[in-house]
Amino acid sequence: MAGNYETHEHDVIIIGAGGAGLRAAIEASSMGLNVGLVCKSLLGKAHTVMAEGGVAAALGNVEPKDNWKVHFRDTMKGGRYLNQWRMAQLHAMEAPDRVNELEEWGALFDRTADGRILQRNFGGHKYPRLAHVGDRTGLEMIRTLQQHGIHTGMKVYMECTVTRLLKAGDAVSGAFGYWRESGRFVVFRAKAIVLATGGIGRAFKINSNSWECTGDGQALAYLAGAELMDMEFMQFHPTGMVWPPSVRGTLITEGVRGEGGTLRNKDQKRIMFDYIHPLYANETAPTEEEADRWLALSTSGQMDKNVRRTPDLLPRDIVARAIHAEVKAGRGSPHGGVFLDIATRRTPADIKRKLPAMYHQFKELGDVDITKEPMEVGPTAHYTMGGIRVDSETQQSRVKGLFAAGECAAGMHGANRLGGNSLSDLLVFGRIAGLHAGRYAKEHANLPSLDAGEIQDAAQEALAPFNRHEGPNPFQLHEELKETMQTYVGIIRTEEDLSEGLRQLESLKERSRTIRIDGNRHYNSGWHETIDMRNLLIVSEAMARAALLRKESRGAHARDDFPETDKEHFAKVNIVSRLHGSTMEVAEIDLPPVPAEIKKVLEEE
Amino acid sequence: MAEPKARLRVFRGTEEAGDFQTYDVETYPGMVVLDAIHDIQAKQSPDLAVRWNCKAGRCGSCSAEINGKPRLLCMTRMSAFPEGEPITVTPMRAFPIIKDLVTDVSWNFEMAKKIPPFKPRPRDADGHWRMQQMDIDRIQEFRKCIECFLCQDVCHVVRDHQKKEVFSGPRFLIHLATLDMHPLDTLDRRDMIKKDFGVGYCNITKCCTEVCPEHITITDNGIIPLKERVADDHYDPVRWLLRKFTGNPRPNKVPAQPTEAGKTADVSGTHRVDGGHGNKGKA
Ligand SMILES: Cc1cc2nc3c(=O)[nH]c(=O)nc-3n(C[C@H](O)[C@H](O)[C@H](O)COP(=O)(O)OP(=O)(O)OC[C@H]3O[C@@H](n4cnc5c(N)ncnc54)[C@H](O)[C@@H]3O)c2cc1C
Ligand code: SF4
Ligand code: SF4
Ligand code: FES
Repeated sequence: MAGNYETHEHDVIIIGAGGAGLRAAIEASSMGLNVGLVCKSLLGKAHTVMAEGGVAAALGNVEPKDNWKVHFRDTMKGGRYLNQWRMAQLHAMEAPDRVNELEEWGALFDRTADGRILQRNFGGHKYPRLAHVGDRTGLEMIRTLQQHGIHTGMKVYMECTVTRLLKAGDAVSGAFGYWRESGRFVVFRAKAIVLATGGIGRAFKINSNSWECTGDGQALAYLAGAELMDMEFMQFHPTGMVWPPSVRGTLITEGVRGEGGTLRNKDQKRIMFDYIHPLYANETAPTEEEADRWLALSTSGQMDKNVRRTPDLLPRDIVARAIHAEVKAGRGSPHGGVFLDIATRRTPADIKRKLPAMYHQFKELGDVDITKEPMEVGPTAHYTMGGIRVDSETQQSRVKGLFAAGECAAGMHGANRLGGNSLSDLLVFGRIAGLHAGRYAKEHANLPSLDAGEIQDAAQEALAPFNRHEGPNPFQLHEELKETMQTYVGIIRTEEDLSEGLRQLESLKERSRTIRIDGNRHYNSGWHETIDMRNLLIVSEAMARAALLRKESRGAHARDDFPETDKEHFAKVNIVSRLHGSTMEVAEIDLPPVPAEIKKVLEEE
Repeated sequence: MAEPKARLRVFRGTEEAGDFQTYDVETYPGMVVLDAIHDIQAKQSPDLAVRWNCKAGRCGSCSAEINGKPRLLCMTRMSAFPEGEPITVTPMRAFPIIKDLVTDVSWNFEMAKKIPPFKPRPRDADGHWRMQQMDIDRIQEFRKCIECFLCQDVCHVVRDHQKKEVFSGPRFLIHLATLDMHPLDTLDRRDMIKKDFGVGYCNITKCCTEVCPEHITITDNGIIPLKERVADDHYDPVRWLLRKFTGNPRPNKVPAQPTEAGKTADVSGTHRVDGGHGNKGKA
């Protein structure tokens, strides 16, 4: 019984219409199921549209030596071996099929000279591997999925926000939400649910994320009894804009470095040669001369295995920390970043053709012509490797019938994600989640029953801020949260900072329960912000607690008080957070053992 | 040091009733109009409604009119306007207002569904499809579309004459052009382009091209060639004869059927076109 609320029934409900949600919805629809797709924004506007550089898949079109094993090794190495090996394997094996399938649905990737899909270089990928469309690959992907998806018969609920998952016993039974426009409540009843709500970048002051990235899926799952995993691993992308203040954090695609862009400090010195990580020493050029030779060869489509790649393309965690260190040592650019120079490396025509969106972004927002001047860049909170813990084969969480895919799920990327591995993750695991949610729905003949009490509680929770007469403004509280996370749970961490961060989060949590809202429920931005705050606080706390527990530095997690990578204890554990009574419990769990044949793949070269 | 102030006149209200409200905001370097709107939300009117996602000109959510011109709020610098003069921000005029700066753009989603989807020819024997970059450059230009619907907003056929029943508007004409020019596609949508999407209504004023934030040359590169192809087919006597005898003037393409009802998605917000559950309920 859903009381008096508008109620919709579906076999499968997908929450989130980015790349992962759309791909999941297409899969479940293709199984002949009745599918509903719910999203906070308009269809086609999800955060995925912002993805720039490309989608990683070992198609082998540019370098025939590339194959799933190399991609798998690169991914595990990038993740410092904390990835769920089976997810990394499925991802590397299936990504090429998923990219080809996009082409079948109308996507138009850039081409090689002989007319096949072109691939570009990216950090941590041994070979040119990213299928791309200039620097707007995410847009191409979402448009293709959207246009294909609307002809599969699914029902799309746009500008509709889910605030609670509903349960029948230990399985999901549906979801509760509101229409953005009217503020009216809506109930979804479903056999299976796929969460595909994206990341949590908006917990940080300097971030590259869209407004939707407030950790909703992670919080919804957590509150419903699922576990969050590896929340300490927050990726800071090395190159966000640092000036002007209005665009601070806005992303500059790694494609710029893939096309030859190089990082310099205020003395014009190329910085990355001083920061080559031992794990990558064998395959990285130690001199400018060799790095430039590699660029000349790779941009002309030739390869020479004796010439090693530029350190500008080391994985993101290494580059982000290098920039941080240069700035700290007083060798930064005028506005607190370093310089990224493509102007002296490629012709203006090349730059405009390969990086058109970057060219316009700088011209229109920063008054900078990147064909003539360097860009000023610095780290920006970008991607959450952590998220909902799922089964590697099916993407099912610990709650029956609840699946998760895309950035809100954990496991694929370990301690650090390689660029381009997210778009492929969305496609591969979006499909797998859709498939298994579909199978689960088919195995259950009847729709689960809804619990009226649960629905009533959800409604009361959402309406509470309207009933208060005084209290803080949600936008200001969000600013304080971002400030806290940036300062205490940021790119370099210590026990002292993390503990202080947790204290401040606790007080923010208290104050968030007193937020007061003016006006009515009709498209009320302040009210929507309040609801997002609950989720942001949950994921922020999980991040801080997990970071406190992981006493080592690895990938995106850097502890000043534990600067070494711990090869004994922490090399073997993931960290999970779960709701215990009304408090958050964090615990270590063992990594799944790697079977011998997979170990062999990892050791090959 | 006190920052310079700017004054904004923002439309507040709904389709039924509304008025302008004036706000003063402090400015800072590089500030865009969306920053000013956010500042108003944070400090003065938290319930002010605006759509946005990316704040980088990539998602096409923040479309509105600034001093009467259709623009993206996030890509319009405050410094573009003379100091001291108020900046007027209003919702897009061609679509019904939901609240404040947010409009009901659901008509566009209805249009999108009517377009028969891409249907490729089979792959080459080795499993690839070969296309030369040269041959797809032109369509890649159209695929930059971020669906901001600013072109739809400014097109007088949509805006002043409200021909929404018979004319798809520039956004969907370039989508149709993309499909028509796609080297792999096998459907001939030209009959529909004329009859169902009303290419004939466009009289090439190029207003749409002028406002496109993606700098897509909608009219010259998209609509005019589309018109020519449709005209070829319908009015070229040789083609007409060929069509009469073969039934198909484009040997690689088969005539498209209107999308089967029931197969397409039902895309809805509360504001869906058919009313549905869409009454604008208030708390
Ligand atoms: C600027 C930028 C560039 C990037 N470039 C690349 C790249 O080149 N290559 C790459 O691989 N990755 C890239 N990434 C990362 C990649 O874009 C993201 O990780 C990915 O798009 C996440 O997709 P998703 O489907 O998981 O979620 P999203 O695209 O974030 O979609 C989330 C969906 O969930 C919905 N939603 C959220 N909460 C709720 C709720 N409570 N109720 C209902 N709906 C909800 C939203 O409306 C949205 O539809 C980039 C990211 C950024 C920011
Ligand atoms: S050129 Fe055609 S589509 Fe564009 S605004 Fe004018 S009439 Fe509308
Ligand atoms: S064609 Fe241009 S103006 Fe029209 S919707 Fe697309 S991006 Fe916007
Ligand atoms: S917010 Fe995305 S285009 Fe303006």
